[in-house]
Amino acid sequence: MRGKRLFIAAFLIPPLLLYGIFVVSPYAQAFQISATNWGGLSPEYEFVGLDNFRRLLGDGTFWNALRHNALLLALLPVVTILLGLFLASMISVGGRRDRVGVHGVRGAAVYRIVYFFPQVLSVAIVGVLWKEMYAPNSGLINGALRAMGLDALARPWLGDPRFAFWCLALVLLWSNVGFYVVLFSAAMQSVPRDIYEAALLDGATRASTLFRITVPLLWDTIQVAWVYLAILAIDGFAVAQIITNGGPGYSSDVVGLRLYNTAFTDSQFGYASAIGVAMFFLTLSVAAVFLRVTRRDRVEM
Amino acid sequence: MAQTISRRGLLHGAAAVGALAGTSVLTGCAMGGDSDKDAAKGETSAANPLGVKQDAPLEVVIFNGGLGEEYAKAHEAMYRERFPQAQIKHSATQQIAETLQPRFVAGDPPDVLNNSGGSQIDFNGLVSQGALADLGDLLAAPSLDDPKVTVKDTLRAGIIEAGSYDGKFLSLNYAYSTYGIWYSEKLFAERGWQYPKTWDEMIALCRRIKAAGISPWTYQGKHSRYMSWPILSAAAKLGGVDVLKAIDNLEPGAWRHEAVRAAVDAYYQLAVDGFLQPGAAGMDHIQSQTEWSRGKAAFISCGSWLENEQKAVTPPGFRMAVGPTPSLTRGDKLPFEAFRGAGSEPFVVPAKAGNVRGGLEYLRVMLSRKGASDFTRMTNSLTCVAGSSAGLELSPGLASVTKLIDAAGSNTFTWLFNSYYRKLERTLVDAACADLFSKRINSAQWVERCQQAADGIAKDPSIKKYKRA
Repeated sequence: MRGKRLFIAAFLIPPLLLYGIFVVSPYAQAFQISATNWGGLSPEYEFVGLDNFRRLLGDGTFWNALRHNALLLALLPVVTILLGLFLASMISVGGRRDRVGVHGVRGAAVYRIVYFFPQVLSVAIVGVLWKEMYAPNSGLINGALRAMGLDALARPWLGDPRFAFWCLALVLLWSNVGFYVVLFSAAMQSVPRDIYEAALLDGATRASTLFRITVPLLWDTIQVAWVYLAILAIDGFAVAQIITNGGPGYSSDVVGLRLYNTAFTDSQFGYASAIGVAMFFLTLSVAAVFLRVTRRDRVEM
Repeated sequence: MAQTISRRGLLHGAAAVGALAGTSVLTGCAMGGDSDKDAAKGETSAANPLGVKQDAPLEVVIFNGGLGEEYAKAHEAMYRERFPQAQIKHSATQQIAETLQPRFVAGDPPDVLNNSGGSQIDFNGLVSQGALADLGDLLAAPSLDDPKVTVKDTLRAGIIEAGSYDGKFLSLNYAYSTYGIWYSEKLFAERGWQYPKTWDEMIALCRRIKAAGISPWTYQGKHSRYMSWPILSAAAKLGGVDVLKAIDNLEPGAWRHEAVRAAVDAYYQLAVDGFLQPGAAGMDHIQSQTEWSRGKAAFISCGSWLENEQKAVTPPGFRMAVGPTPSLTRGDKLPFEAFRGAGSEPFVVPAKAGNVRGGLEYLRVMLSRKGASDFTRMTNSLTCVAGSSAGLELSPGLASVTKLIDAAGSNTFTWLFNSYYRKLERTLVDAACADLFSKRINSAQWVERCQQAADGIAKDPSIKKYKRA
């Protein structure tokens, strides 16, 4: 017995130690720093108690950034999952009815690779790529619009506060949907084909197959996807920083970027940590709420 | 009550808090501790007026932006010649704040730092946290070329004012940038256009340029603050430098001054009359400046780093030139030739550097005639050393800049709010300009937006305030 315990401990202690040092202790320290006015350039600071959090409540730029994250949180998971489910079911079971039985559309393998492609690119490359796509005169988007004779729709996308944020949201959608297509189609492989064939024989349409069969059977996977996407929506930092840096003005700001700029350009690390602590609780509660709301009885197969 | 954390104190605190054994060793990292290095100091002598310790190592960090890092290697070679025993460590980066912030905290900053670029460390923070060494000794020291002339007397006007915070000279803006409106002499000569001296002439010329099928103006839409420069310059020329001082000192109503209103009205007309290049609102500085270099637009507002920045895309024979902002009225307080000239590339010596004396000496080397002319040769930019470009072969843009400087004489000005309160220009005025030139707000609303932004900074207790005399 003792030998076994020792064996287990030998495997557990190093990762726990690393986790403690590199994950838990910075978190703990962020709480400590958030109660100070530390400026980040000297070891001097004063404890200010909850002043930073009080300031947070009245900080318009923080609420503006939070509003953008809330919009992302409301839309990004839903749209990404719906689009991912649609594409995945087209790839896996959306093909024409014929003697072969249930299968994907023609060229499904190619689509699977194409959709997954953005996932292979690093977020920095995605950002730079889209920055050029949105460029007003040389960019692909305005170029395509003009080529189709839709000159009136061409816009200085990232330069216009009305569109800048939505341009970022689109990039997030584009760069993430591919992963969920692959995730969902992998999950669909494990759904027995006969269920789909039975549905087909009963004359179910593609839409009702999707919502009556695929979604309930994939519920666990969707739930996980939902939590991941929600966390992603609360973040959004990298894409925003690379493409617009929050601009014009604060029109495409997100909380992560606000935190970063407060720390590194305004040199107010205490206040930035307070933003981080607020974000920590936000992410935690969103994940908890999502898991609760999406809890459902599992379908036994 | 200001507290200083010692490493030991931190360990105690962390050990008490940290429930996890093993984490306490590292808990102290982020907030650092005091450096117990003794500042290296040697004997002062006529040859070594700043008292540099002969063998103290020197570390130099350069911002690797539009000006590159080659010039620094020339300066380091000069320093090495003077102190052959000193080890020199050179590095260059664009991520100044990200790489150096932890070192400032740890009390282990480099000896010389070029704190420039998009991620420069906020000066307000550096100064208010006492992280910078006073460069006063450097100013009082004899210059490298002539022991009878102090370093202070070799500098251009305005350099000391721009680098001083509450009367202490803390940052040496080594490069000297002139700001104005840029155009291609070749294009203008071919078409028979004349650079306008008054705003009415500017509007008339814009009409002709537009009729010729060229956009009269383009601008760095995603960094629209570039367009606040001609506005504030025109306002200063109309109403005098006091207009700018009021803005720098965050005086109530400073932005509502008549001169500012008149200037922004004038530039807003560019947007109203359709003189701005379509789509410029969504371009960053590289994209818009490249459009300008390609002859798609006639005018652009920028500083004198433009020539170096555009080197790769400037067509041969382009002959870029700069003009001062046109006078708004006949009764302007400053003549047409007056322009905004300001230091850029702020070099600092951190207060906790291991070799502060060496840092000062390095700056003294940079400010020598040879140091300055090496810089100008390698970067096509002037330095803050007066007359240091004499005798050099100048590129077209730089030749135009020197002409601008000579014509203005003592009529130069600048503002400081951008270094006092970085956010005010970089984010708030920037956003107001973006809205103005996309016609989402008008000039009166622009004034209100800027005023509110300034008032917000004035009210914010977390930002230290500076006074410009």
